[in-house]
Amino acid sequence: MPGSSTAAELVSYAEAVTRYEPLIGLETHVELGTVTKLFCGCPAAFGGAPNTHTCPVCLGLPGSLPVPSRTAIEYTIRIGLALNCSIAEWCRFARKNYFYPDMPKNFQISQYDEPLCTDGWLEVTLEESELGAYGGGAGGPRTFRVGIERVHLEEDTGKSQHMGGATGRIHGADYSLVDYNRAGIPLVEIVTKPVEGTGALAPAVAHAYVRELRDLLRALGVSDVRMEEGSLRSDVNTSLSPRGSGRWGTRTETKNVNSLRSVERAVHYEIERQAAVLDGGERVIQETRHFHEESGITTSGRSKEEAQDYRYFPEPDLVPLAPSRDWVEQIRSSLPELPAARVARLQREWGLSGVEMVEIRNAGALDLVEQTVAAGAAPADARKWWLNELARRANDTGAELTSLPITPGGVARVVELVASGTLNDRLARQVIEGVLAGEGTPDEVVAARGLAVVSDEGALGAAVDAAIAAHPDVADKIRGGKVAAAGALVGAVMKATRGQADAARVQEMILARLTQS
Amino acid sequence: MDGELTRMTAADLAAAIAAGDVSAAEVTEAHLARIEEADPRVRAFLHVAGDQARAAARAVDERRAAGGELGPLAGVPLALKDVFTTIDMPTTCGSAILDGWCPPYDATITRRLREAGVVLLGKTNMDEFAMGSSTENSAFGPSHNPWDLDRVPGGSSGGSSAAVAAFEAPLGLGTDTGGSIRQPGAVCGVVGVKPTYGGNSRYGVVAFASSLDTPGPLARTVLDAALLHEVISGHDPCDSTSVDAPVPPVVAAARQADVSGMVIGVVPELGGEGIQPGVLAKFNESVELLESLGAKVTEVSCPHFSYALPAYYLIAPSEASSNLARFDAMRYGLRVGDDGTHSAEEVMALTREQGFGAEVKRRIMLGTYALSSGYYDAYYGKAQQVRTLIIRDFEAAFERVDVLISPTTPTTAFRLGERVDDPIAMYLADLYTIPADLAGNAALSVPCGLAPEDGLPVGLQVMAPVLADDRMYRVAAAVEAALDARRGYPLLNDARGLA
Repeated sequence: MPGSSTAAELVSYAEAVTRYEPLIGLETHVELGTVTKLFCGCPAAFGGAPNTHTCPVCLGLPGSLPVPSRTAIEYTIRIGLALNCSIAEWCRFARKNYFYPDMPKNFQISQYDEPLCTDGWLEVTLEESELGAYGGGAGGPRTFRVGIERVHLEEDTGKSQHMGGATGRIHGADYSLVDYNRAGIPLVEIVTKPVEGTGALAPAVAHAYVRELRDLLRALGVSDVRMEEGSLRSDVNTSLSPRGSGRWGTRTETKNVNSLRSVERAVHYEIERQAAVLDGGERVIQETRHFHEESGITTSGRSKEEAQDYRYFPEPDLVPLAPSRDWVEQIRSSLPELPAARVARLQREWGLSGVEMVEIRNAGALDLVEQTVAAGAAPADARKWWLNELARRANDTGAELTSLPITPGGVARVVELVASGTLNDRLARQVIEGVLAGEGTPDEVVAARGLAVVSDEGALGAAVDAAIAAHPDVADKIRGGKVAAAGALVGAVMKATRGQADAARVQEMILARLTQS
Repeated sequence: MDGELTRMTAADLAAAIAAGDVSAAEVTEAHLARIEEADPRVRAFLHVAGDQARAAARAVDERRAAGGELGPLAGVPLALKDVFTTIDMPTTCGSAILDGWCPPYDATITRRLREAGVVLLGKTNMDEFAMGSSTENSAFGPSHNPWDLDRVPGGSSGGSSAAVAAFEAPLGLGTDTGGSIRQPGAVCGVVGVKPTYGGNSRYGVVAFASSLDTPGPLARTVLDAALLHEVISGHDPCDSTSVDAPVPPVVAAARQADVSGMVIGVVPELGGEGIQPGVLAKFNESVELLESLGAKVTEVSCPHFSYALPAYYLIAPSEASSNLARFDAMRYGLRVGDDGTHSAEEVMALTREQGFGAEVKRRIMLGTYALSSGYYDAYYGKAQQVRTLIIRDFEAAFERVDVLISPTTPTTAFRLGERVDDPIAMYLADLYTIPADLAGNAALSVPCGLAPEDGLPVGLQVMAPVLADDRMYRVAAAVEAALDARRGYPLLNDARGLA
């Protein structure tokens, strides 16, 4: 490999992390769930017909002035406190100057060297199952403390759509459309310190950090974190240094990665790519890179060396922020139970394994499972339905679990119908299909589709007798002691009843007729 | 009667309208007629809104007829600087880049004026984006000084000061960033007031330098200025930098017009080299006058004022370079090069190249440089430190005296074209006014006579502590009353430019 490698070639992951120590860092942007935008009264709601959620302020019209939302500042402080940060006694907004058509003022009101929250941490735990993929796994779960450099508040930009042209970028487009509905929506940026000592686990730690952060933000009630709508996006910094060298390598910044799995894949890919560059005796270029979901690779964006000078200076249209200590303490005392504590409590209450809890959290289903349990379902059943059938259907349609048109109460009812023997799993899936298709509640779907399990002994007995008569050879095997052969007869009965028979009862009836015991 | 109406003060007009001696409609017609007669020579207005003015006047007359309450300036006409947004008139800021732009909203001050029944006659000329001291930087040509049409009316609010001095309007509104109300007031022989920063809302005032811009009145008398000051002032929730404090009692102070027992400081740093002898002479006479009226006058040094001008020319352009970035052809205003052959970036560049004048470009470049990475600390950062020192100079001075005074400008009105090729000479017109802008405290200019060598008006600057605007009105009103009494008629009767 050395001598022949180019940037396009990769070094296998195992080799890469043997020779190099990865260092990662994440900058995560999350849109706050405030009712109004950061500096005006326009709705901050996602969507809307283009340019309808706008006013002179968020359009940056001449003469307009920003007035900060107290709620957005409070939410930022909530995040800072939950991340164990210090809250500034005095800080300022700053202008970040650059020209782009979707920036109404051609500067963004952000924070620069005086962020609202600084110097905190977030603990993330990797379960054994997550360690396994990177050669870990023995010795139980591992906990990493990710340092938080800063949390600051800024306004989002508008959205451009570049029409025509090959790249979908502004250069080469026939024309561009700009929607300013998003302009001015409050955005919080959470920046980690460099995360050292992860070794081969770097991609998993990155994944677990974003997961923990997402759950934290939801628990705080500051954002509904719809990752598929881009309301949480992470820039992932990755660098490698030769093991034992004691110095940090040159980092790349992979922009706008917007799913947990993509965060992990992006780090994984960058480690393999950078190892190949270094093995080839070349320098890693400090640059921004783009991650491609389909191929799982990153490609070069603009080089940091040609990066713009943003000419930051304190925003003169706003007075400094000076949150009183009373207010900060009031916010601190109103913080809800945080995810790490909540997961530990629920795991205890539900009797599930750490791995099962991680699966629930990765799927973003903790609230749903909790509500389903509260509606009467057994925790294991609630977990099973949300993570298998419903997660599959959400995945098929590209929706978040929470946006499926079925309530935790509905799922609990399905679980109850299965437990009572009214439905089997196969029928239950059809009921769920009906509920998702808008056919009504689970009970309404059962009634409308006639889906109840056939438990009428007379009807079942006739079907069993018919199956035995139709398959004399199988019946003989069972009589001869090969009980396992009964499966074929059960299948025949299920087919004859179009799946509505209780399979366990059918098995019992077959064995009762063909064996002595 | 018409001629008499345009010569009346705002206070007298409001009283006459309230008493039913004259209708707001008649007052408005008189001023529109005067504009028609005088403005082809003065060129104070960029846009005259006759129909809207007549409708506003009619509304005042109807309210009065219906027995409704009238505000202290109801029915009085006003000339609005073209930097305030107006929903029913264009707002250009004197720039080609905004030619024809009609804002979808009123500035807070525009709204307050309308609610008070003040009749907006139209929008007045100004140096492009308020950058200049002569109105010669307007994309639409300069305005002329009613005292001598070959001279500048000052700037950047020169259109408003010229309109007031030419009796086209009893009241004008301007904005002061480095002296842009006081300097045109001084050279046109009218009262120009820069209230405490934050005392008047900036919402809807197209920004030049956000931390400095201050809207304020221009008027022919101190009392008129005070009446306008109270109508437009007060906290505005749409402006974060607006002060949430009671408006200083400036009308009462203007009526009090009494300086006995006050301690007044003369700032030696404002009035040294380069000052015109006649300006200095009139200033010295003002000092003697104030002493004769019972004030104690003492010298108070403000050592850092000498650095105000260079600090200002870093801070103001820095903020301007960012504030003016929004004029990019994407959403409103001029668009150049949108012919299918240019990229968005090129359209932005072509539009800004063609749409901005030389002075605006100069300041955008200065500011961009001063904020650049590697230069920020040496320029913008250092200038902010100077600003802090100037604030401390003021604070120390106001521990010893009630107000500070100086000449408003080093010279009387200069000739059109005289300084256009010499930016530094132009900048020096604001040498004495800039410290109050940097510190954010209140200051005004009141006429204190005519310079013997050229017969042109001289302004006396009175500076007061933050939110103590009333003090400077007391002093200015006392000076005005004494000089008017001595002369026997208002100063502006001597303005012969239109004769």
